[in-house]
Parts: sequence; structure tokens; C-alpha cells
Amino acid sequence: MDQLAFGQNYCVDQNLRPSDCALEISGLSVTYGERPVLIDIGAQVPVGSMTAIIGPNGAGKSTLMKSSLGIVPRSAGEVRAFGEPLSRQMHRLAYVPQRASVDWDFPTRVIDVVLMGMYRELGMFGRVRPQHWEKAMACLDRVGMADYAARQIGQLSGGQQQRVFLARALAQSADLYLLDEPLAGVDAATEKAIIGVLKSLQAEGRTVICVHHDLSTVPDYFDRVLFINVRKIAEGPLETAFTPENLQLTYGGRLATAHINRLRTAV
Amino acid sequence: MWDAFLKALLFQSGYNASLVAIGAALLGAAAGSCGTFLFLRKRALVSDALAHSTLPGICVAFIVMVLLGGTGRNLAGLLLGSAASAGLGVFVVHWLSTRTRLPEDAAIGAILSTFFGFGVVLLTVIQSMRSGYQAGLESFLLGSTAGMLFEDALLIAVGGALAVLFVLLFRRPLALTSFDPEFASTVGVRVGAMDLAMMLLAMGVVVIGLKIVGLVLIVALLVIPPVAARFWTDRVEFVMLLAGIFGGLSGYLGAAISASAPRMPTGPIIILVGAAIFVLSLVLSPRRGLVVELRRRRRAQARLLAGWPVDPQPDAASAPQACVRGHLDPSR
Amino acid sequence: MGAEFVQLSLTPLLIAVLAAVACALPGNFLLLRRQALVGDAISHVVLPGIVLAFLISGTLATGPVLLGAMAAAVFAAVLIELVKRVGKVEPGAAMGVVFSSLFAAGVLLLEQTDTSGVHLDVEHALYGNLESLIWLAADGWHSLLDPAALKRMPTELFRMGAVAILIAVLTVLFWRPLKLSTFDEGFARTVGVPTLLVSFALVVVTAIAVVAAFDAVGSIIVIAMLICPPAAARLMTNRLEVQVVWSVVFAILSAVGGYVLGGYGPLWLGSEYAVSAAGMIATVSGVILLCAALWGPCRKRIGEPVAS
Repeated sequence: MDQLAFGQNYCVDQNLRPSDCALEISGLSVTYGERPVLIDIGAQVPVGSMTAIIGPNGAGKSTLMKSSLGIVPRSAGEVRAFGEPLSRQMHRLAYVPQRASVDWDFPTRVIDVVLMGMYRELGMFGRVRPQHWEKAMACLDRVGMADYAARQIGQLSGGQQQRVFLARALAQSADLYLLDEPLAGVDAATEKAIIGVLKSLQAEGRTVICVHHDLSTVPDYFDRVLFINVRKIAEGPLETAFTPENLQLTYGGRLATAHINRLRTAV
Repeated sequence: MWDAFLKALLFQSGYNASLVAIGAALLGAAAGSCGTFLFLRKRALVSDALAHSTLPGICVAFIVMVLLGGTGRNLAGLLLGSAASAGLGVFVVHWLSTRTRLPEDAAIGAILSTFFGFGVVLLTVIQSMRSGYQAGLESFLLGSTAGMLFEDALLIAVGGALAVLFVLLFRRPLALTSFDPEFASTVGVRVGAMDLAMMLLAMGVVVIGLKIVGLVLIVALLVIPPVAARFWTDRVEFVMLLAGIFGGLSGYLGAAISASAPRMPTGPIIILVGAAIFVLSLVLSPRRGLVVELRRRRRAQARLLAGWPVDPQPDAASAPQACVRGHLDPSR
Repeated sequence: MGAEFVQLSLTPLLIAVLAAVACALPGNFLLLRRQALVGDAISHVVLPGIVLAFLISGTLATGPVLLGAMAAAVFAAVLIELVKRVGKVEPGAAMGVVFSSLFAAGVLLLEQTDTSGVHLDVEHALYGNLESLIWLAADGWHSLLDPAALKRMPTELFRMGAVAILIAVLTVLFWRPLKLSTFDEGFARTVGVPTLLVSFALVVVTAIAVVAAFDAVGSIIVIAMLICPPAAARLMTNRLEVQVVWSVVFAILSAVGGYVLGGYGPLWLGSEYAVSAAGMIATVSGVILLCAALWGPCRKRIGEPVAS
């Protein structure tokens, strides 16, 4: 069976106006040498939504985010944000990478990390003024890390580090937030805090896209899903796209029936 | 020997010694501050490849200058040659580690040794040429400060000052690139350009360091001061500043020591002073030093034995917001 | 190619080949473990060890030199671990700090010591003196059968030969633990391979090869021998066994090619002076690596591009 055809059958919301689309991906492919990582991905993320990108390990979810942002080169495809080519809208995006990619022994304090988020404003030589410090502290406050502002980042726990990275993204005052597995390996309190912040961003009219690792929490946190397994399997609002059929198609094999039933009732 | 040392410190040991001291101090400052970002970017040993790759360029420059009728003694010309082959060397390291399956450390080692080997071949070619002022060439291996000219010192001083200036100007994007290059690229930092800049800075330092410290040892001046500085602070800018200070201190003190006693080659002494500063930092640092670490462990042991009572007093980092803000923002 | 060859070229050539092979063998594993620069560190560190050995024993005989160099290598390895753990310094920088400081100390010691009676100076330490390891007592191929002449062969040849054979034997003997622990250390430990011992032994064997070859070709060239033939071999195949064989082939080619080009190349070009054999060997090994990087069948990176 042709996967692409399936993908198109399960797609909804295909007729959004460009400016209603926070992110629009078409024909995106990424190959490492001869190995395909992503094939012909197409997706549309409406403004103000909270979308989860889900799929099995090695499905290319992180790569999808990175190649959309231009961090990893694309072999084909186009990415647009708010109707314009993404490269021209970078100032409206904020990216929170996976925690592992950073050196935690780096000599930098929590507050310095948040200030990094204001690099576009400050530029190379701009003086850091009181209003910048206050904004940084406000962002830290919003994620509950204000008391840790002077700590070196290596002294924090995993959940605390994740929150600091979120604060950095908040400091960018973006319209579209892209987070790569923000809830992986964090404690319950941190998970609640992060989701709280993301929901408040959505309430402000901003758009949030997360690579998400935990199927069971998708219905609680998100309102849209994008299923990826090298190709796009399906996308759309929870009610129509988050179905056992799509889950099965994405993850291959057979998910335990109880698991599917639980998810079905949750949707 | 003490009198001689003190005199040397105060620039009273003679013209040559004073020149060397100033040049060495500026070289050390440049090396420390420029080396910081390579260290943070975990590319410290690329400077070793850079340094060893200068040898063929020096020899080629020498041969060309002699063939054109000179003595081959022109430092600027030699350094230009060294920069050219070092640039080629670093380019090949990059090419090998990105285009083939070889890891970066293998590429570094391969370039380091083969370029140096080729340089050695050229050295022997030059020996057979029997013309031009050759004795100076081998001195680029370990440095040689005897008979240093004013022009040489000037070149080193100006080069060092330019390097320090550049790194001060661009410290913010350099820091962002070292910490989180993926994020940096999404906020508008030209990560590729910054990486290249780091390389070029290191190359500049290597080139101006050839005369005083030599190519075999210059890597020490690029690596040791930042590593030592890291023990004292958790802020990038301060690591860079402190590394520059430590480097400058190593150069200055090392040159003075070397001038105050016979058979004390300048290059190695400078490095050893740097190493002493490193050891002191490792042991004594109030944040990450050995002494403090041992004390922490003993306290933790004691608390474990006592059933781990509740935290007695919060440290400065958890002070309420207003205090913290005042502490953080240097402009207040 | 008669008496003159045997007298002047045979022994240096043999020593070069043996040195190259002795270094290439452990180099394969260092390369795969991303420890290529351990060779760099060891070659810098043997200098102070040898100088100390000379200071204490007054001679440059094999025994004290080997002991001094090994002691220095172990001391450096311990220091590096200390700096890494206590100082939380990353491995590359830790190595850089330790080996460059120790090398500087070695150079200083050398300056202060009177080594006029022996072949020990910094240039020698950096690029050896292969050309001087000649066999004056020979006067033709028949000298190989003459016990009196054999007794006056340069001792470096026997030393290098013994080391090369030892390393080859060890490689074959401990092939399986080496292969297992290099591919997947965690797994190897769970099936009973003493991985720490293997790591330690690998470093020790590398140090032995470095020390033995150091005298002939100096420290920088030793690094070329440790890295370039194995690296070139890595680009030729996906199988470890084949890689090791290729590395030996490339090592021999580099040694022979380098020596011949160094000694006879200038002659062919009309000059009467030879160029540094050691330098030429390093250069040839680099050229072979370049060819492998341009045309080797397995040169392409397979996995994800390395994140910077």
C-alpha cells in the first residue's frame, strides 16, 4: 500500500490561508549520504495551535525540526512560516533543542543563558541594560527558576535545566515555539510547570510545536498531532487524526489493545 | 639569581631582555584569550595541528626569499609562509573530518605529523642549499629569543594586540557558538563564520608565537591558561579575561626568569610558569579546586553518617530576587 | 646495489619498516577508540622520561631508556586522569595541558644537562636520526651470514625487531578481547572481557612502540606512523581484520617509499644531498592517506553528519 496515499487520505485542514499557517512544510526530504531520514514531508500548522510531532525512535522527528530551521541541510523541500520563507521569519521563532546537546560544564550561569535568548535584540555589542535583566528575570520567574539565576547550569537537575532553556525561548518573545522533546526525562513537577507555560503561550495566541515522546499524554496536552515515520503518516486535530489506525500505521506492528482502547477513550 | 630576576622584572636587564618580556607578555595574553573559545568548543588540540603545520610554510618562504636574493631572515615573510601552510593544514583537517569517516582527532594527528614531517624534509633541503641565514630556522621549533630585533617585538606586540581586540569585540557571538551552536544559528549568529574566526585567531597566535615559544610548545600557551582560568569563574567573559591575564603573566614572568639565569630557554620556562599557575588553580580554587572539593566530600560524608539533616543555610545563589539582581547586574 | 646498499641503507630501511609496523598495529585500535592523540601525548612525554633516565643512569642504554620512558608515560597517563576527574577538564584539553608541560620540562632538563657525550638533543628527539643507523661492518650481502659482522649491526635493529615481533604476537594473541572492547566496551565487560586491563595494556604497548621507534625516527614521525597507515586502512574496508592487514601494508609502503625517496630522490633530481628520511616517511604516509581519502572504497561517512 502506498504510504503517501494513506497520508493524504488522513490529512485534514488542507485549505488554510498562508497567513493562518504558522508553519508550512512541503516536499521536505533529508538524506544522510544514501540513507533517507525524511521523505517528502508535507504539513501545515495553524496559528494558535499546540501540535505534537510523534513517531517511533529513529523516525526523523528531531530531524524534521532541525531541517525546517536550517540547522541540518535539506535535500529537497520548502518551509514557510506565516506565509513567508522561513529564513525571513527567523526572528519570530524560538527553538528549544534537546537538552543533551549542550555541555553542562560550560561556564555560564542560568541568567546568562536566558540573556542569550535576547541576542537578536542586543546584537554583538549592545549594552545589557536594566530592562534586559528584568525581562530575563521575568522569564525565569515564569518557569519558576528565578531563585536559581546566579547558579552555574551544571548545578541544576535535569528538570531545572529544561526550564531554563524554556525561559531562554521565552526571552525571544516569539510567535512560534519549536521544542524538541521538552518533557523527556523531567520530573512530574517540571512537566506540569512546562505544560503550564506552553498552554499560557497558546492562550496568548502563539503557536507551539513539540516533538513529543509520550503517547499517553498527547490527548491531555495537545490539540493537534503530526505522525512521522520517515514519511508523514497523518496530521490534524486530535479528534480526527489521533486514531488507533494512524497509531498502528506509524508505529508498525500491533500496539497492545488495552493501550489503544485507553487512547481511544481519551480522545 | 634573585637580583637578576627582579631586575629582569623591572626591565633593567638590558634591551633584549626587555623586548622579550614585553613580547612574551602580549603573546601570552593573546594566546590565553583566543585559546579560551577553542577550549570551550572542545577543539583545544586543533591548535597543535595548526602549530605543526606551519613548518613547511616557513621553509618554503625561506627558500623563496633566498631565491629572490635575500637572506631569508625577514620575519614577516617567514610568518606569512607559516600562516599559509597552517591555513592549508586546518583546511585539510576540516575536510578529512567532514568528508570522510575519520574522526577529528585522527585528522588532527595525521595533519600534525605529516605536515611537520614534510617541513623536516624541507629543512634538510635548505641545509643543503648553503645560502641564506639558516641557523634561524630551527629556532622556530622551540623558540629563540637571543638577538631579538625591535621589529620582531613590534610585530608580535601588534599582532597580539589585534588578536585580543578582535576577541573582545566578538566575545558574545563566540560565546554563543561555543555553548550551543544549534541555538545560536537560530538567533542569527553566523556559526560557520565564528568557527572560522576562532581558527584564524588561533592561527594568528600560533604565527606570532613562533619566534618566542616555537611551534612545538605554542599549543601549551593556547590551552593551559583557559583551563586554569576555568577553575576561578563560571562566566564566559571572565574565563576569557582571566585566561588572558594568566597567559600574559606566564609570558612576563617566564621571560624574566629566563633572562636571570643561564641555560634557561625562554619558551619552556614560559610554559612551565603557566603550568604552575594551572596547578595552583587546580588545588586552590574556591569553587572547583581540590582543597574545596575534598572539604565538600568530607562534609557530605559527615552528613550521611548523621542521617543527612535539613540544609543548614542557603548559599548566596538562592537569595531572594532583589539581592540576586543586584549581585548579577554589574551596572548597579 | 651491492656493498654500499647493505652498508648504508639496509639496516636503516629495516629499522624504519619495523618501526612503522610496530606503531601501525596498536594505532588501529587507538584510532577506533578515538584515542588517536594518545600517541601524540606519549611521544611528547617520553622526552623528559629519557632525559631523566640519562641523568640517573648516565647512559642511553636500552634498559634505563625504556624504563624512564615507560615511567614518564604512566606518570603522564595518571596526571591526565587526575586533571580530567578532579579538574573536570575535557580529555583533549587535559592531554594538551599535561603533555605540553611535561615536554617543556623535558626540554628544560635537556638544556641544563650535559649531553655532549650522547646522541640526545631536541632536534634528535623531534625527528630522529635514521640515516646514522648504518652497518659499517658489512661489505656486501654475504655479511648477513658472517657472525663477526652481524655482531656489529646497530643494536637498534634488534631492539626494534624484538618490539615489532612482540607487538605482532600480542595483537594476534589478544585479538578477540581487543576487538570486542573496542567495538562496544559496555557489552564486552558484561561478557567477561577485562576492558580496563585492555585499555591500559593498549596504552602500554603503544608506549613501548613509541619508545623503541623514538630513537630512530623521533617523536613527531612516530605519530605519523601511529595514525596515518591505520587511518588510510580504515578508509579501505569495513572489517577490522582487513583493516589491520591494510595498515601493515601501508606502513611498509610508507617506510620503504619514504626512505628511498629521501635517500635517492634528490640523487635522481641531480642533488648530492639526501633529505631527512624520517620526514619523508611521514610525508609518504600522508600522501597514502590522502589517496585513500580521495579514492578509498569505504571513505564516506555513513551515519549522521557530526554535529559541531
